Amino acid sequence: MKFSGTVFKYGNDINTDVIFPGRYLKVWEPAEMAKLAMEDLDKEFAKKVRKGDIIVAGKYFGCGSSREQAATCLKAAGVSVVIAESFARIFYRNAINLGLAIMVCPEIGSIAEAGDRLEVEPTTGEVKNLTNGKTAKAKVLPPFILEILGDGGLIPHLKKKMAKA
Amino acid sequence: MGKTMAEKILAKAAGVKEASPGDLLDVYPHVAMSHENAGLVSKSFKEIGTGKLYDPDRIVIIFDHRVPAETEKTAEGHKTVREFVKKHGIKNFFDINTGICHQVLPEQGFCRPGEVLVGTDSHTTTHGAFGVFSTGIGATEMAAVWATGKLWLMVPETIKVVVKGKFKPGVYSKDLILHLIGKLRADGADYKSIEFFGQAIDEMTIASRMVLTNLSMEAGAKSAMIPPDQKTVDYVKSVTNKPFEVIKPDPDAHYCQTVEIDLDQLTPQIACPHAVDNVKPLSELAGTVINQALIGSCTNGRLEDLEEGARQLKGRKVHPEVRMLVIPASWKVYRQALDKGLIAAYIDAGAVVLNPGCGPCLGAHQGLMAPGERCISSTNRNFQGRMGSTQSEVYLASPAAVVASAVAGMITLPEVK
Repeated sequence: MKFSGTVFKYGNDINTDVIFPGRYLKVWEPAEMAKLAMEDLDKEFAKKVRKGDIIVAGKYFGCGSSREQAATCLKAAGVSVVIAESFARIFYRNAINLGLAIMVCPEIGSIAEAGDRLEVEPTTGEVKNLTNGKTAKAKVLPPFILEILGDGGLIPHLKKKMAKA
Repeated sequence: MGKTMAEKILAKAAGVKEASPGDLLDVYPHVAMSHENAGLVSKSFKEIGTGKLYDPDRIVIIFDHRVPAETEKTAEGHKTVREFVKKHGIKNFFDINTGICHQVLPEQGFCRPGEVLVGTDSHTTTHGAFGVFSTGIGATEMAAVWATGKLWLMVPETIKVVVKGKFKPGVYSKDLILHLIGKLRADGADYKSIEFFGQAIDEMTIASRMVLTNLSMEAGAKSAMIPPDQKTVDYVKSVTNKPFEVIKPDPDAHYCQTVEIDLDQLTPQIACPHAVDNVKPLSELAGTVINQALIGSCTNGRLEDLEEGARQLKGRKVHPEVRMLVIPASWKVYRQALDKGLIAAYIDAGAVVLNPGCGPCLGAHQGLMAPGERCISSTNRNFQGRMGSTQSEVYLASPAAVVASAVAGMITLPEVK
C-alpha cells in the first residue's frame, strides 16, 4: 500500500464545510466533486493537486458534518493519503469506508512542509520525507481496517466477503 | 467496576455480557436514519448487490436539508429516494412536510431509551437526550447497515459533566453547552461519550436537554446522554407503544474525565466565527452590528425556543436593517406555534417565517449571506462559509439572544424581565 506524492499542508480543525461546502451537497459525481474539493479553504488545491499527492494536517482533521463527500472529493481529486496529528471520528470512518488511506502521526507537522515529497507505508506506519530526509512513525491501523482499505473501501470489502461466504 | 451508559447499551446491542472502552463490537442498531443523503446510501446499497434490506422497519428516512427542492438536481435526488422507498417497502418515510430529522425522530417515537440509533448526520448525538446511544456515520457505512444490519463501533470512554447551581434569568441550556464546548474545545470529546448529571439537568425540559446532546457533537462527542428519568419515560410512552428498557449508568461507573459547571456563575454565551469552540461571554460582543438573525435548526427550533424568542419581542419590530428568519423545527412545532400565536407575533414584528427544515443552517437552502454580512443564529455551526459567503460571519447564541439582537440591530443580551 506504499504511496508517494507532494505535500499540501493545512492546520488544525480543518472542517468538512471547507473541504466540501454544504452548497455542493447535491453534487454526487466524483469527477465533479474533485473540482470543488477544499474550495472554501484553498482555491488553488483542486487546480494543483496531482494523482498520489498527500494532505498533511494538524489536529482534528475532518471535523463537523458527517458528509462523506469530504472524503470522496479528496480521493477523486487524486489524494492518496491524509496524514494528520488526529482525525474527527466520522471523517476517520468515512475515509476508511471509501478507501481513502489515512495515517495518524503526531509528529507529521514537524517533518513535512508544503511542496515536500513524501513516501509512506500505512501498513507499517513509516513516513519518509524524500525532500529533507526526515522520518516519522505513524500509528498502525488495526488489521481489519487495513483490510477494508486494501480492498478499496467498505463496499468492495463487503462484496468480497459475501462472495466467500 | 460499574459501567457507563455507553458501555451498557453497546454491550446489549452487540449481544455481549459486558464491554469496556476500546472494545470493538459488532452492533445491531435499532434505528438507522438518513435524510436526503439516503440517495447516496441507496446508490452504495445497490453496489453491494444483495438487493435485500436487513430489516426495512429499522430504516427511517426524513427529508429536511433542502425542502422543498431548491434546484432540479435536488428534485431528482428526492425522486430517486421516493422510488427506492416504494420499491423496498420502507414505511418510515417522511417527506418534505414533516420537519428536521432530529426533531421528527423523537416526535414519531423512534428515540427509545436503551437502544442504539445511527444516522447519516453528525447531530445524531441529539437522541442521547432520551437515553439512546446515538451517533453519526457516513452514507456508505449506512448502506452496509441497510444490507447487513450491523456496524463495528469502538466502545468509547465517557466524560462526566456535573452541572451545579441554577440558571440565572436570560441564561439557557444553549449557554451551558456553548460554555462546555469552549472548555472542552472542538476535539475535547472526540471518540468519547458524554453523560450529563445535576439537579438543573433533572429540572430541564426534554427540549432543553436535546440542546445539550445535540451540540455535544461540536466538542467532538461520539454520543452524549442524559440518564433517563420519569420525564423521559413519560415522553417516550406518549409517542410510542414499543417496549423499551431504561439503561442508566452504574453509580460506580468509571469516567475518563469529570467536568463541573456552576450555573450560578454562567452568563449568556456566544460562539464567534469561525469555530464553535470560540466561545465568549455575549456581553463582550454587545454592540456588534448584524444583518441577519435566525431562529431554527435541530439545535434550537423547538416550541420553547420560539416562545422564548417571542417573549423578547414585546410588541417591538425587528430592526429595519436586519432580516429575521424563523424556522420551526417540525410541522408539529409549526402547528403548536400557530395555535399559541407565536407565528403571528413574529410576522407582525417583520420576521420571515420559513417552512420546517434545516434552512440556511448549512448553507444549502434559503437565507444565505453576502460577503461582509453577519448573522446571529440559534443554530449549531459557524464555520467559514457555513451560511453563504466565505466572507460572512455567523455567531451562535440562544434564541432569546437572537431575537433581542434582531430588534436592536446589534448583538445584545436578552432582556430578563
